Parts: sequence; structure tokens; C-alpha cells
Amino acid sequence: MILSGTEIVVECLKREKVKVVFGIPGGAIMPLYDTIDKKATFTHILTKHEQGAVHAADGYARATGNVGVCFATSGPGATNLVTGLANAYLDSIPIVAFTGQVISPLIGTDAFQEVDIVGITIPITKNNYLVMDVKNLASTIKEAFYLAKTGRPGPVLIDLPKDIQFAKTDFHYPEKDRYVGYRPTLKGNLNQIKKAAKALQEAKRPIIYAGGGIINSNATSELKELVKKTNIPVTTTLMGLGSFPEDQPLSLGMLGMHGLYCANSAISEADLIIALGTRFDDRVTGNTKQFCPKAKFIHVDIDPAEISKNIKTSIPIVGDVKYVLAKLSQLVEPKEETEWTDKIIKLKEKYPLQYQRDDQLRPQYIIEKLDKLTKGEAIIVTDVGQHQMWAAQYYQYRYPRSFISSGGLGTMGFGLPAAIGAQIGCPRKKVVCIAGDGGFQMNIQELATAIINKLPIITIIMNNGYLGMVRQWQELFFEKRYASTCLDGSPDFARLVEVYGGKGIKVVTKADFDSALGEALSSKQFILLDCIIPPEENVFPMVSPGEAINKMLGVNES
Amino acid sequence: MKHTIAILVKDHPGVLARVSSLFNRRRFNIESIAAGHSEKKGITRITIVTEGDENILEQITKQLNKLVDVIRVRDLPREISVERELALIKVLTKSTDQRSEIMQLVQTFRGHIIDIDKQALTIEVTGTEEKINAKLKLLESFGILEISRTGKIALSRGAQRILN
Repeated sequence: MILSGTEIVVECLKREKVKVVFGIPGGAIMPLYDTIDKKATFTHILTKHEQGAVHAADGYARATGNVGVCFATSGPGATNLVTGLANAYLDSIPIVAFTGQVISPLIGTDAFQEVDIVGITIPITKNNYLVMDVKNLASTIKEAFYLAKTGRPGPVLIDLPKDIQFAKTDFHYPEKDRYVGYRPTLKGNLNQIKKAAKALQEAKRPIIYAGGGIINSNATSELKELVKKTNIPVTTTLMGLGSFPEDQPLSLGMLGMHGLYCANSAISEADLIIALGTRFDDRVTGNTKQFCPKAKFIHVDIDPAEISKNIKTSIPIVGDVKYVLAKLSQLVEPKEETEWTDKIIKLKEKYPLQYQRDDQLRPQYIIEKLDKLTKGEAIIVTDVGQHQMWAAQYYQYRYPRSFISSGGLGTMGFGLPAAIGAQIGCPRKKVVCIAGDGGFQMNIQELATAIINKLPIITIIMNNGYLGMVRQWQELFFEKRYASTCLDGSPDFARLVEVYGGKGIKVVTKADFDSALGEALSSKQFILLDCIIPPEENVFPMVSPGEAINKMLGVNES
Repeated sequence: MKHTIAILVKDHPGVLARVSSLFNRRRFNIESIAAGHSEKKGITRITIVTEGDENILEQITKQLNKLVDVIRVRDLPREISVERELALIKVLTKSTDQRSEIMQLVQTFRGHIIDIDKQALTIEVTGTEEKINAKLKLLESFGILEISRTGKIALSRGAQRILN
């Protein structure tokens, strides 16, 4: 079958079962768009900015577990993807991005809309390709999808010169999916798993520290199984929220800089830490020298480079956490509840999350109410900042892929486009986008995308008139000098949404919020609640930078 | 501590950029880098000399292995490998006496003169890094005009090979 480059792209995406692509056309990718219009079996969602496209592909991938796909043109189209690719890279999210490129004879001449996007994205993609011969296109696309979704997932970029898009060749989709230089270890070394089982048996104060890897490898049932058999308490990272149901007595909730005190305190007391699909990020460990001084570590991760990178591990296991957990559960002897589990349960009771429960509409109240009304069944997509931490703390995550957030890169502007991707991926789920008034304005143009596609997303803006997290740090560590954090000049978001064709409600009191949320939950259209919250509300508890994680600010006994 | 690492990579455009970008990005040091064809078609062998403790070496190896274009990474400790570097050294010759003095010196340290001119001599020296440094020191007093060094290359001793 003789096909053109663009027909090959369309055919390959069909073989990869791609249902939706997010993107924006431009000069160098026009041939591809022309073919999509004629032949594509997938839906194309036109975003308003390429950053919106890549974040939407990211949100889609996180919500569904499938590879997210986005298109952009050369030059500025391609560079607008950069933040989104870095975001997906740091959170290990599978994305394949296609960029148009100037015709191959012009590459290297600083032609119109030419940038070296392959060079630019080397450190923020799992791999990337400039296709210079149409004969290599099909195998490159196959390899790109395989790399994106296997091993430690991540973004892959394919740069397609315009002449290669037009060029024709005989089309074969390769069957093989083995590549020289790429062979992730899945099973985990059996001897190491046996050692882990033994350590688990002997431990008096074990804790499971679960990360995003559990969600990426769909290992939540394996984790539940292990906990059921061994009664080991579980704390999760931000990326790991939803990997273990937070309504379970042995769930300690999130740990780290804004984690729960009971989680930070318990892990600091532990004698054995079972780290699963996680990477000892500085937001989790605080001061690494004082991190869990009494513990030895079992570390299960599919990426060997994460083992002993930040914290020395005594029992490393390289493998897919799903396989490893299944094997570990099989090998380990059942353990009963002990003094340690009792202590954990008491710690949870003694140090719950606390905020001022008064008449004011406070962000914590908003999230609690949302949790109560949605019973943990919504997909919560956040932007980055204080609201993100409140959403992480006060919603009770019970299911994997129910919390979608920019963890590693901390990308403001992620929330709305990611919610678009999540809602398109999961049309029957209630998707709630929680954003601050700062970050929301970084990709506010995607309101048009959400509304034109009739996406029934509920957007909650926690409007405090500040770049709130920065303001909080200024309050705590810069003697309240609020340099450039006041967001004067923001629009009336409720009215703005109406202009785009959605529904907007300004919310000032708790009663306002209760009724607006009720309305939003039964609404089938895009609806935004602009919630005016106290301007100087802080996220607590908190670990100050450079501190040990069990030394937290803002902790009170109940 | 210094380490010599052999990296076998696919002979793709930009592969050196990927490797050096990784060293730069993760703040690993590159003391020297040399690249060329390997015994197998389509595979390039890069030799990098780097500095760091065991943990850094472990991270370098693991991070390199994550690059899809990287096929194998091997640390080549001194005790079990042979290593060489080549240097071309251009030396000023102010008089006939000086020239013969230099030529004698070169002969003694088993270098070769590969270019000769009224004012200058170009000398080829092969050896370990230390040997080359020693020769450079000897020639310093005559006035060195230019130096070009290849960086270290190395192979393990015996019949062992990295690719099977």
C-alpha cells in the first residue's frame, strides 16, 4: 500500500487505537491536517494554545491510562509544547507529540518558523525523533508509542518536515516491539522480593510509601491485597493519591511538605519503609539527612536510576510494581494488627487536618463539601498552588486516576486544559477543575475549547486575589513583603465565562457555595464557581524548607 | 576519583548531543570525550573520562542506560584495561641546536616528528594521560605553539568485549 507521510501518520494512529488528538494547525503541519480532515478515524480537538493541547493530552492520559496525543506546527507551535512535555516527563505520563518542521532542505538555515525542537526537548522527553526519510516514519511512530507507554512512561516527540509529510512510500506497520537499547525490567528479581518479604515479616513498625507508579501500572488492587494480608499502614505521595483508598483505617493520607502530620510523624518513626513506584522527591523527604532515621528501605521502581538516587536503599527491586506486589503478597506471611497499627490509628485521631470552621467560606470547607457530595467519585483536576494542596488534603481519594495534578513540574495553567482532556477521556465521569485565580489565567483561553465542545466540567476558582502559595511563603519567610503577588486587575470570572458561552456563578458565602455546587452537580453544561475566599488563608500543616518532615508548622492536637 | 566509561551507542545523528546533554543536565563532569566507529557497523563507541564517587558513577551509568540510543555502558577500571591518548604538539624551534635537542628528546620518549619547518616541529605522542603530561612538561621550555589531544580511549584487557 503506497501512502503519503500524512496518511501513514493517520493509519498508525488508527493502529494504536488513538481516539482523540489535541492540537493546532500551522504552516508546517498543514499537510497532516488536510489528511486528518479527509481520512482520520480519531476526533481532533482544536485548543486555543499549544500548551492547552499538550496539557489536555496529558490530562487525557492520566484519566484513561492511554497514550495522550497532540499536534503542533513548527517553531512557536513546537516551543509552546515545551512546558507540557516537561510536565509529562516529570510525572511519567505517556504522550506522543507530533510537530511540523520546515522542509528538510531548509533545516539548519533559520528558515521561517524553524526551531530545533528535537534539540530543545532532549532533556524533557523519553526520546525524540526528526524523521528525515518517509520510509522510517511508520517504524518511528510504532517505537514512539511503545516507548511512551512501557517501562517508566513518558513523553516522546516526533518532528515531521513538511516534505516528508508529502513524500510517499510503501506502508508496513511493524509487528515487532523489541528495541535494541530499550528493555525495561518488569518482573523484579525473585531473591530481592524474598528478601523484602523477610524484612517485612521482621519489621515492627513498617510503612508503605506509595507513589504515582502504583497508578501508572494499575497496581491498586495488588496494593490493597498486600495491605489486607499484612496490615501495614499506607501513606501516599501527591502523585499517589488514589492509589490506596483514604477511607480505610490504615490509610494515613498524603505525606510530605503539606502532608498530614500523622503521616509524616508515622513514617519518621518507622523501622521499615516500603517505597512503591515513587522517587523520594524533595517535597516528600524534606531534609534527606533527617528523613526516617530509624528505617531501612525497600524500594520498588521500574526505573533503576531512581534506586538510591536520593536515599540509599537496602533492598532495591527494579521492576513493575504490579508484578512485584503480586509476588510479594504471595510470599509474605499474614500479619495481624499490632501495637504499631493501634498507634497509627490513634495518631490519625489525635492529629486530624484542622482549619477554622466558622461562618466564612473557606477553601477547606469547599473541598470537604465537594467530597461529601461526590463521595470521592469525581475526577479532581487541579492547577498548582494553595488550592492544589487543599484539594489534596481535604478530598478523600478512593480510586486511582481520581486526582490529576501537576506534581513534579508544578505547572500553573495545567488545570483547565488537563480537565478538558480528562472529561473527553471519561465522558461519563464528573470532572471538577480546581484552580486558583492566578494559575487559571495562565491558560484561561481554553474556556473556549471546553465550552465549544460542550464539556460539563465544574470549575471551582479559589479566588484570594493573590498568587497564594508565593504570598504564603512571603508571609512566613520574607517578613510579609508581598512582592508582586497581589493579582489586581483580574476579571470577574463568572461574567467572563458567560461571555464564552458557559455558566458562571460568583460565590461569597457558605450558603452561596452549597447551592451553587448543588446546581453545578446537576448541570450538564460548563459551569464555573468563582469562590471568594479569605485572602490570607494558609495551607497547613507545613514543613519549612530544609527541615525534617516531622517538624511541621501549624499542627494542633484535636 | 576518575573513571573511564565506554558507551556503545547507535550511530544516529545527534547521539553525541544526547549523551553530552545528559552529563550537562545532571552536572556530571566530562574531563575528556572521544568518539568513533566500533567493531560493529552502525554502532559508535564513546569514551568519556569523568570524575566522581561511586554514587555518581552509578547514577551516570543508570542515566546513560535510560537513553534509548545507548546500547551498553561499561566502566573500565585501570587495573583491567588498557588506555591511550594521542597528542599532537607543535613546538617552536629557535635554532638548529635547539631543533636537534628536541629531536633527540622525541626519540628518547618514543614520539614521532610528523611535520618539520624552519620555525617549528610537530610531534606525535601516544600514551597514557600521565605520559603525555610528562612529555608536555619536557617540551614546555622550548615554547609550545599549539596542542591537540584526542582524549582518552580504552579497551578492557584480555578477550572480553562489551558487545556480545
